Amino acid sequence: MLDTAPKLADPDAVFVTLVRAHHDLSPEESRRLDAALVLLLANHVGDAVVLEQAIELARRAVRAPTGATEDQGTPP
Amino acid sequence: MPTTYTNPRFPFRRPPELDGKGGSARVVIVGAGLVGLTLALDLARHGIPSIVLDDDDTVSFGSRAICFAKRSLEIYDRLGLGQRLLDKGITWKVGKVFFGSSLAYEFDLLPEQGHRMPAFVNLQQYYLEEWLVDACTETGVVDLRWLSRVVSIEPRAECVRLGVETPEGTYVLEAEWVAACDGARSTVRKSLGLSFVGNVFRDRFLIADVVLKTEVPFPNERWFWFDPPFHPGQSVLLHKQPDGVWRIDFQLGWEADPDEEKRPERVVPRIRTMLGKDVAFDLEWVSVYTFRCRRLERFRHGRIFFVGDSAHQVSPFGARGGNGGIQDADNLAWKLAAVLKQIAPEGLLDSYDAERIPAADLNILHSTRATDFITPKTAAARAYRDAVLLLAREHAFARRMVNSGRLSLPHTYANSPLSTPDEEAWVGGPAPGAPCIDAPLTDGFLLNRLGNEPVLLHFGGTAPPALPGVRVVTVPADGVVATRYAASVGTAYLIRPDQHVAARFQAPTMDRLIVALERLWARGNVEAEREAA
Repeated sequence: MLDTAPKLADPDAVFVTLVRAHHDLSPEESRRLDAALVLLLANHVGDAVVLEQAIELARRAVRAPTGATEDQGTPP
Repeated sequence: MPTTYTNPRFPFRRPPELDGKGGSARVVIVGAGLVGLTLALDLARHGIPSIVLDDDDTVSFGSRAICFAKRSLEIYDRLGLGQRLLDKGITWKVGKVFFGSSLAYEFDLLPEQGHRMPAFVNLQQYYLEEWLVDACTETGVVDLRWLSRVVSIEPRAECVRLGVETPEGTYVLEAEWVAACDGARSTVRKSLGLSFVGNVFRDRFLIADVVLKTEVPFPNERWFWFDPPFHPGQSVLLHKQPDGVWRIDFQLGWEADPDEEKRPERVVPRIRTMLGKDVAFDLEWVSVYTFRCRRLERFRHGRIFFVGDSAHQVSPFGARGGNGGIQDADNLAWKLAAVLKQIAPEGLLDSYDAERIPAADLNILHSTRATDFITPKTAAARAYRDAVLLLAREHAFARRMVNSGRLSLPHTYANSPLSTPDEEAWVGGPAPGAPCIDAPLTDGFLLNRLGNEPVLLHFGGTAPPALPGVRVVTVPADGVVATRYAASVGTAYLIRPDQHVAARFQAPTMDRLIVALERLWARGNVEAEREAA
């Protein structure tokens, strides 16, 4: 079962680490780096079911329609 | 353009130096801005007179610092201005972050009750400066000198010689100590030739203050949008201020032409798109900014201290500029006072660097991260940023990565030379170096009982041992205050004059308290001396 509970002690630092890994790469290298990272982490997880759950949630996030929540952020 | 506030004009008063008198001062503060005035008032509350020099004749103009954090409010409460901030300011604690037109993240900065001060108060900087001028004047020991520009600075062994230019001539002041509170473009820093390096962010932001003429139901909250429909591809930040003034920050991108973007013909349509056609407004203030993060290598240079923006500069996301400067002043005032009163040796002043440089570095780290999140530098960074925002709608782990500014928190002086490390095991409570946590008492709030001198905060009924120069404050060993300090009967906290914890003991003894007090004042290595004896 994919665990989505917050686990990182310093999420901002992890975000910076991920971004920094790309700093001197071409767009093509960047995509390959992300792919390589996913493969390494998928192997670390070692569970195809968990991977499929993660893929589903990731696809849902990027394909979700905007403006779906109750609070729409309408300015005064 | 500002219609809600008229700057007061302070008269130039001919100083005695122009007639061959005076000429020396114990403390000279360069810059009567937010930080300089705070320092002058804090010194005055310790009984230390100062001369404050400012090249202008008024308080700050336009939209500057607006968000005053809990710790700053507690500092101003100690200085006697807390209630005024609460009465005039807009109190808030909830922030919302939107992506597109949906809520990505919401935070509550002060979820618990029992604090005298709220998480934040929004107030225009000029109000606070005006009150500080009044309060400084009332003390009778702050010599505020308007239209007095420092044109030369010469550090010597025994003093600092300052050349001052005024409308009626120039004079020389010899100061024992100088605090350079003259802002990001500090002339003191420039004349000493100190390098001030760091990052410039390749982005521009439009700051627009508007006065709404239509009543709008809007909560007292901080709202931040990534890629909103009314300003696609960029971010927007909205804050409510007193007098019906709203501060809006529009991200413009690096390519934007600052002069063009400042024209009302450009600004008004932007705001109308955001607020809708039915909301009538007046423009109060418009400016275009580029942000940078940088600091001096050291903040103390012999007899000269750099305080606030003259020492360090951050981007505004997180409200760490003004609040950081106020904490600098709070840190320096009691130390300078103790040295001038010969309570402590000059070595105490070195702890200003030891404590405030790590604080500045943390502010720079957080504001850099926030600015990098808001303005991604590469396509990969943008993809990660957008993925975080998309995941944040459903997943708490991603919400914690959304960074529209990590808002200013009080700094804990971990590893401070003035702190006595814990010897006992503690679960909870403020650790040595941390600021005291407020708590409700039967007759008010804890922080109001602490004041600006060393305090032994004692839990329970038994009378604690008396320490020289330390006031004892006894509170109950049960209830909220005891929980917040992880205290039981007999627990004692030694509190510094700036209301940070110096040491804490579950079973205090006279010996250990004396050692901790000597360390608080930086009075030599007491432990080593004891061992030698």
